[in-house]
Amino acid sequence: MRVALMVTCLADTLFPAAATATVRLLERLGHEVVFPAKQTCCGQMHVNTGYLADALPLVRRHVRTFDPYDVVVAPSGSCVGSVRHQHAMVARRAGDERLASRAESVARRTHELSEFLVDVLGVTDVGAYYPHRVTYHPTCHSLRMLRVGDRPLRLLRQVRGLDLVELPQAEQCCGFGGTFAVKNADTSTAMLADKLRHVLATGAEVCTAGDSSCLMHIGGGLSRLRAGVRTVHLAEILAATEETGAAADPTRTAARA
Amino acid sequence: MSRTFLGMPATAPRGVGHLRGDEPFPAAARRALADPQLRRNLGHATTTIRARSGAVIRELPDWEQLRAAGSAIKADVLARLPELLEQLEAAVTAAGGTVHWAADAVEANRIVTDLVAATGSDRVMKVKSMATQEIGLNEALAAAGITAVETDLAELIVQLGEDRPSHILVPAIHRNRAEIREIFLRAMPGVDPALTDEPAALAAAARRYLRQTFLTTPVAVSGANFAVAETGTIAVVESEGNGRMCLTLPETLITVMGVEKVVPTWRDLEVFLQLLPRASTGERMNPYTSMWTGVTPGDGPRAFHLVLLDNGRSAVLADRVGRQALHCIRCSACLNVCPVYERTGGHAYGSVYPGPIGAVLSPQLTGVEDNASLPYASSLCGACYDACPVKINIPELLVHLRAAHVAARRRPTAESVAMAAAAYAMDHPAWYAAVQRAARLTRLAGRRGRGLPPPLSGWTIGRDLPEPPAQSFRDWWARR
Ligand code: SF4
Repeated sequence: MRVALMVTCLADTLFPAAATATVRLLERLGHEVVFPAKQTCCGQMHVNTGYLADALPLVRRHVRTFDPYDVVVAPSGSCVGSVRHQHAMVARRAGDERLASRAESVARRTHELSEFLVDVLGVTDVGAYYPHRVTYHPTCHSLRMLRVGDRPLRLLRQVRGLDLVELPQAEQCCGFGGTFAVKNADTSTAMLADKLRHVLATGAEVCTAGDSSCLMHIGGGLSRLRAGVRTVHLAEILAATEETGAAADPTRTAARA
Repeated sequence: MSRTFLGMPATAPRGVGHLRGDEPFPAAARRALADPQLRRNLGHATTTIRARSGAVIRELPDWEQLRAAGSAIKADVLARLPELLEQLEAAVTAAGGTVHWAADAVEANRIVTDLVAATGSDRVMKVKSMATQEIGLNEALAAAGITAVETDLAELIVQLGEDRPSHILVPAIHRNRAEIREIFLRAMPGVDPALTDEPAALAAAARRYLRQTFLTTPVAVSGANFAVAETGTIAVVESEGNGRMCLTLPETLITVMGVEKVVPTWRDLEVFLQLLPRASTGERMNPYTSMWTGVTPGDGPRAFHLVLLDNGRSAVLADRVGRQALHCIRCSACLNVCPVYERTGGHAYGSVYPGPIGAVLSPQLTGVEDNASLPYASSLCGACYDACPVKINIPELLVHLRAAHVAARRRPTAESVAMAAAAYAMDHPAWYAAVQRAARLTRLAGRRGRGLPPPLSGWTIGRDLPEPPAQSFRDWWARR
């Protein structure tokens, strides 16, 4: 299958390991990955902060860039959520019905990584090997906007060597929320403190999730505490094998711990 | 009696009532977050209610259908509100009640004050009601020399403690029993000085005090949970029985009701009386459901007045996206699941409507500029939308109001300039790649930064920044 990678601006700029892992994983499963270079950002930060007019050209760019592809995959629940639940709305509010229906069409062809693996490819065992104790944080947008449910857990359970531990109060928000973390920094930090307490209680060495943004938040908190726990994107775990173990070493990509 | 106000949407007036806070949410939240007792009380209370509510909701196989029905009924109500209100007025009048129309808080307060004054009583007893909190009725009555006694236990705790409510359903949720005992000992007339902080003892003390009030007060003021247009029946749901006393014992009953509380038919109550207790207190059935239609000779109050309150609701109704906030049945489920509310409590929201629903309702009732920080008081985690028994898409409304706030701003701000610059860069890939590289260099050139400059400095109060990678994904891809 020919898959267009929607890298997301955050993974592109700050967390390329999540994106390179997605490429490695999909290629290992026998698919062709293409990277449409004209992509930049889905505009979610603009929309969520109220800058809908500024988001419009980004929506237009996204639709133009990805419309030619049958399958689009992104290693982010949040950005796929934006494509599915915001792009058409932004277009409609600007009175551009044609863009809205094209955006809806692109949205139907856009999948978050775990959805793509489980629903489209029908695999849960991707042949990964990751000998670490791991806990999974279901990010809010994956959980409640996309309803990815237990797909990431089903994938993780098939990873050889991986010791999966349940995260207490997993469904509570980590407090990131984009510009919320800046505008309401104190409240965001209080939410993060509880999330970190639960992560540490699991005794896991790695906290994983399907969104680099939330991992940046949780990882930033773990790093500040010098907690010795790393954050690693789900894609990196699924891309790791016995052979590429070193390349998938979490220390290369984790926040400082 | 003016019926034309529905056509002229005005927001709730300033200087009266409790829809506006004194300071922006982040500042108020910061203070609340520093109060360990508050954090413990709230964490404990919301966790308990969440668990109880979740358990009884899971029992119902048709919960999702019920939610859809509740939402559909409310959407229908809002689509023909003027017609339903006139039908309600006719039915209440035919049953011997009197209907008053109040365009705003000032008018509603004046109507109620005049009605109480006309009875000659200088004391009213109250059933817990959000609408009368919203308009500041107790203060208006006090200014006219009339004492209002709250009869709901939690509301009484708030009143005696000269405090503000912090939760829709449990206004004293921020207090634990030791604090409640202190308040009673300090402020409850005739309290036993040997009072302990056992919940049963506290409730008994309140009961003794209130019993006297119930038997001697000739006027009661209530809110309404529902009003049936078809029959003119008003419904109040509560769990302590104090409401039942207030609604049946006095000679005069005055009900203040937000106009959106009307439902078309008696049958519609079936849906809401299933949704409300499970979402709200985690009960299968509401303990005390009082319903009355006008007046009944020889039974209950001899005079009944219904005050229909607008106070900004028409302005909310005029916004096609925003109006779903008027679906709210005040169950408080969204508060109980909200990770922000759980940590900051209700006072931080300024308005009597706290939590997620407050963040979308208060700014609409007052105009977004008067509550501009509230739409941002959410991480958009979506837990409120999942919990809401009438399916109000609160995250969508939050974003909608943020957009309204940004659009209403006349002068550029640091944020709007940054947003425009980011949007420009992101719409020009070559420029975007250059910015990525420049940003990386800046970060590498400086020391491993602990601090970011304002307005981004908030990030680094409790979190480190990630190390910038050696190359961006697109650079890696290009060289692959
Ligand atoms: S918005 Fe929904 S969940 Fe919140 S109080 Fe209103 S009805 Fe309940």
